[in-house]
Amino acid sequence: MDPGLYTQLLDLACGAFLLAAVLVLWRRELASFIRVFTAQGLALAAIAALLGAREHRWDLLGVAVLIALLRAALLPYLMRRALTAGGETHETEPLVNVTASLLTAAVLTLLAYAATRPLTDLAPSSATRALPIGLAVVLIGFFTLATRRRALSQVVGFLLVDNGITAVAFLAASGVPLIVELGVSFDVLFAVLVLQVLTTRMRAAFGGTDLDDLRELHD
Amino acid sequence: MPDALLPDALLLAAPVAVPLALAATYPALGWRPATAWAGLASPAAVLACAGALATEVPSGGPATAYGGLLRADALTVWILLGIGAVGALACAASPAHLAAERTDPVSARRYGLLVHLFLAAMALATLTANLGVLWVAVEAATIVTAFLVGHRRTRAGVEAAWKYVVICSVGIALAFLGTVLVYFAARHAGIPEAHALDWPTLAAHADRLDPHTLRLGTSLAILGFGTKAGLVPLHAWLPDAYSQAPAPVSALMSGVLLAVSFTAVLRHKVIADAAVGTGFARALLLAVALLTLALAAALLLAQRDYKRMLAYSSMEHMSLIALAAAVGTHLATAALLLHMAGHGLAKAVAFCSSGHFAQLTPTTRIGRIRGLLGRAPVLGTTFALAVAALLGLPPFSLFASELAIARAGFTAGLGWAVALALVLMLAAFAALTSRSTRMLLGTPPGNPAPVRFGASVWLPLVAGLLACAALGVTTAPLTSLLDAAASIGGH
Repeated sequence: MDPGLYTQLLDLACGAFLLAAVLVLWRRELASFIRVFTAQGLALAAIAALLGAREHRWDLLGVAVLIALLRAALLPYLMRRALTAGGETHETEPLVNVTASLLTAAVLTLLAYAATRPLTDLAPSSATRALPIGLAVVLIGFFTLATRRRALSQVVGFLLVDNGITAVAFLAASGVPLIVELGVSFDVLFAVLVLQVLTTRMRAAFGGTDLDDLRELHD
Repeated sequence: MPDALLPDALLLAAPVAVPLALAATYPALGWRPATAWAGLASPAAVLACAGALATEVPSGGPATAYGGLLRADALTVWILLGIGAVGALACAASPAHLAAERTDPVSARRYGLLVHLFLAAMALATLTANLGVLWVAVEAATIVTAFLVGHRRTRAGVEAAWKYVVICSVGIALAFLGTVLVYFAARHAGIPEAHALDWPTLAAHADRLDPHTLRLGTSLAILGFGTKAGLVPLHAWLPDAYSQAPAPVSALMSGVLLAVSFTAVLRHKVIADAAVGTGFARALLLAVALLTLALAAALLLAQRDYKRMLAYSSMEHMSLIALAAAVGTHLATAALLLHMAGHGLAKAVAFCSSGHFAQLTPTTRIGRIRGLLGRAPVLGTTFALAVAALLGLPPFSLFASELAIARAGFTAGLGWAVALALVLMLAAFAALTSRSTRMLLGTPPGNPAPVRFGASVWLPLVAGLLACAALGVTTAPLTSLLDAAASIGGH
């Protein structure tokens, strides 16, 4: 592949990847979280596919297909099912309002660039230069987890963290070995399934999925 | 090993395969008295394989199989012995516990399936040489225990399970990011993909790894695996999960999950010590250990629920273990491993004894429980002795290991940290003593007749206490193993 085109496409995919994370902070409808997450899964698969094409590694293209199936099809399907079962459509007022959230996302992105400087300096290439994007998505995922109050928003936050880490793995070292990648994918899938079952139980026990209601256990 | 009775491939695979096979029998055959007691086969297999490995590994070096994917060095064997011992206690306590709770057949079947899947995941995490597979196994253990924590579908149960899955998955995600960074450093140092997450390779070539990347990676790995070991800042799941899970599961989490997760911290620390010097991981572990200890001591002083009291006591002991890891000398590492084993046994006995208290009194509030010794003489005594062990009283092994950790700390020039830890432990000691004596002594309200429990209930508990006391008197048959394990983790 032409190096210039490769860099442009990689940067485009990484930009879409980061934008999706920021959109999660912006939107309030739970259904749009799922659409945005699907788009992010596709961007992640595109990053893997571009690296595979660049390095002529067919196994990476296989991993890209796996990622697309899991993160852009199966996980969104599971979340959509949980959403229709629940009947809740909107995030309640988050702890931090949208404007402040977006500003925080900008600060977190800068922080990610600062923290990954040693890594980018170690092996400068167009892939490692995009590496801060992965870490920025991890940090935005943490922020979503900490400030959003619906069960589904926390699941999306957890998946943002996971997508970000996978992106870091691809951009830094063209992905972890296949056995680890498969293990991680299964773990993520099962974690989401478990959280889905727990959401159903939460609805049965508390009559909703507002995490502020979880205050039975304390010291 | 030409003189070995069994091939290494079998010894390394059986601790994972036997629990997996047993797990499969519960959905097929259900939870009956026969299958419930057959559950003891998995810890027995783990113990047998660990015992066989313990005879050959200290002298003959690490055993490997399946292309280096599974590997047992002395540290592995020591942890495996701990998994087997605590697993045996928990599996022996399970039939009586589920019978007393009047668990329905479907839940009981699921309980059998998940407990054995958990044991398989923990054995795999211990036996694998690949840091990536280690991570996958620890996360798998989180997922299978989620429904054990939420065993009772009450509001409190659901809340504990939700917090457990979310906090642990996120914490452990940090550890995965750390693992990815270690992998990046290894690939950059020219280690081929197949060996870039192989722990022995990484430990041998640690000096070639980029120190900046490794600093970031190690901090994330310590924080991430520290989450599952009950260390700050992501410890909040622990008291909730322990208070809601069935007692044998709390015993397993306390004795097995915490130990295995901390071993992962130790493995990452070995690489970091060789690559960036011992000061880095030491500073981080010291901070985490002292903060955890301060938090645990403060919440023990304010505690009104005995299950949460035992949970915070686990955090107290894990912080001591982290402190010993920060000291990092050979003596400190040996003491750390002994402390892990002693704490696992004593805490398992404490949880399994307290699991039966629910039959005597509906509440877990310490203030409303009186005279347990009078109501259930045998279980009251095992609980009292387990608490005595947790307090660090002789003859139990925690006395010896705490003393050794303190001595190692003073020798290594960390006297101030040890002194601070001792003051905090004194507060925890006072809290645990006053609350336990309040529960155990006095006359129970209404003066009910003493309740008798069968030998199948108290015999495993007595065996656990005897093992803990025996380790405190002498480590004789295991001394060379402990010594070899301490040489791997220490410097």
